[in-house]
Amino acid sequence: MAAGETHQAETHQAIEATFRIERARLIAGLARMLRNVDLAEELAQEALVVALSEWPRTGVPASPAAWLMAVAKRRAFDGFRRDKMRERKHKEIARTLPAYGNVGRDGAINAIEAAMDDDLGDELLGLIFTACHPILSPDARAALTLKVVGGLTTDEIARAFLSSEATIAQRIVRAKKAIAKAGLSFEVPRGVERAARLPSVLEVIYLIFNEGYAATAGDDLVRPGLCLEAQRLGRILAGLMPGDAEVLGLLALMEIQASRHGARTGPDGAFIPITEQDRARWDHLLISRGLDGLARAEALGSKGGDAGPYVLQAALAACHARARRAADTDWPRIAALYDRLRVVAPSPVVDLNRAIAHSMAFGPEAGLTLVDEIADADALRDYAPLPAAKGDFLFRAGRLAEARSEFQAAATLTRNARERAFLLARADACAHPLP
Amino acid sequence: MRVMVFAKTTEVSEKGAAPTTEAFAAMDRFTEELVKAGVFIAAAGLKNSTQAKRIVCEGPRRTVIDGPFAETRELVAGFSIWEVKDMDEAVAWAKRSPNPMPGKSEIEIRPFYEAADLAEFMTPEELAAPRDGDRGKLGVA
Repeated sequence: MAAGETHQAETHQAIEATFRIERARLIAGLARMLRNVDLAEELAQEALVVALSEWPRTGVPASPAAWLMAVAKRRAFDGFRRDKMRERKHKEIARTLPAYGNVGRDGAINAIEAAMDDDLGDELLGLIFTACHPILSPDARAALTLKVVGGLTTDEIARAFLSSEATIAQRIVRAKKAIAKAGLSFEVPRGVERAARLPSVLEVIYLIFNEGYAATAGDDLVRPGLCLEAQRLGRILAGLMPGDAEVLGLLALMEIQASRHGARTGPDGAFIPITEQDRARWDHLLISRGLDGLARAEALGSKGGDAGPYVLQAALAACHARARRAADTDWPRIAALYDRLRVVAPSPVVDLNRAIAHSMAFGPEAGLTLVDEIADADALRDYAPLPAAKGDFLFRAGRLAEARSEFQAAATLTRNARERAFLLARADACAHPLP
Repeated sequence: MRVMVFAKTTEVSEKGAAPTTEAFAAMDRFTEELVKAGVFIAAAGLKNSTQAKRIVCEGPRRTVIDGPFAETRELVAGFSIWEVKDMDEAVAWAKRSPNPMPGKSEIEIRPFYEAADLAEFMTPEELAAPRDGDRGKLGVA
């Protein structure tokens, strides 16, 4: 191609890119109308096929969203006409089709466009809440959300979760069946119900992020594609619910954590703990977005009592992000935030991190005292970070022999090869302390 | 991938003509769409080149040139940073942008360097070597 050559004709690539932008909203609108996410996906795909045959000739229409929706509705209508058993749905769709005939007719397009604008993303929010409904397991919610909202293929989801394509496909099919069986409406829950269901949405987005950020198995510490996808979902949600402190808090948390991505692994792929990372390598654009989002979340939250778990976790991440050098870290503030976090989100893992924070703020003995209080928790049995933290406290307290056996225990427990190497190196350092 | 999207100046914008209310509103709606799609990361507008200065570097010499500058179509009037899956997606979004400038104008999309790109001319050791101070980077590399 000559330098600077212009593109007139729409290539399939360009059409598919436009379709990807519209896909989630298209599926959302169709799913709400048909109460069937499977059929919605199918119709969206059919609309793409029509676009691929028409747009190279006509160009991308002024409102591609409305155009695709008109085609998909027309397809749905034709399909139901053939199927007399679905008389009711047929009427329902006919009612929403303002004009018959060519989908290119301006009246139909304009009416659909107006209707879509009215919803202002409401339908997409409805789809997100339905795909993340608490009747589904978190794993099923994650797979379905990545498929219908994120637009990932089953194969991509399987690779991201180190699972087989068949397993993920089955998980998605079952999730769709469960949604149909429960008769979910694809509406956005309002008021108290929305507040009650929001945590299951946020949980899934953070689960997707963590699957990418802190891979629990395999050789790569980071699967950045999932982190990016989770951040995109978080941004979509923050764009649709800008007045919710926890939504903003989750996005801020993910952005601040993701800012360390480039600094978390050394040249040999080995894990580098936060206190030893090269902070010049942190992504300061993400940090400034995260700190900004956190400030807005805290301003919103201060009106309604205690901060929620995501705002608190974002505030924790922000303590690290604000420190120009590791030595500048405000550990007493981190310890205080953990004291609050364990009240709103009690968990043995939070308790363990709290022990680590207290050890940094008030010395290794403080950490040892707190970690001994939780050592018997069932959830922490076989949990590598527990002996790893204890080993660190003992090491800093000068009790090297005990530290060594804790690091060795942690190395046996972790499933991540890189982390194991890191822990074994620490165990070795206990046996051969530097002079 | 992260891209920077430049809006280039036009002769009209360089003369200091402010965008109309409609143009502002249209750009606002477009930005709102980008935000709701999870694509928008940051954006800023720049004052015209009468406010600008250029520093010409030639060996050890530094010469300062005051604006305005002649080449109106080559100047940057503003930029946005987007997070997109690929260049196709960036192009599809940019085509939806209202004309950011009065008159015929250009939008240019430039991908950020990422760590994987730097690997071509930096060794993993160089990449990992600690660097002093705050870089205040906008990108990942």
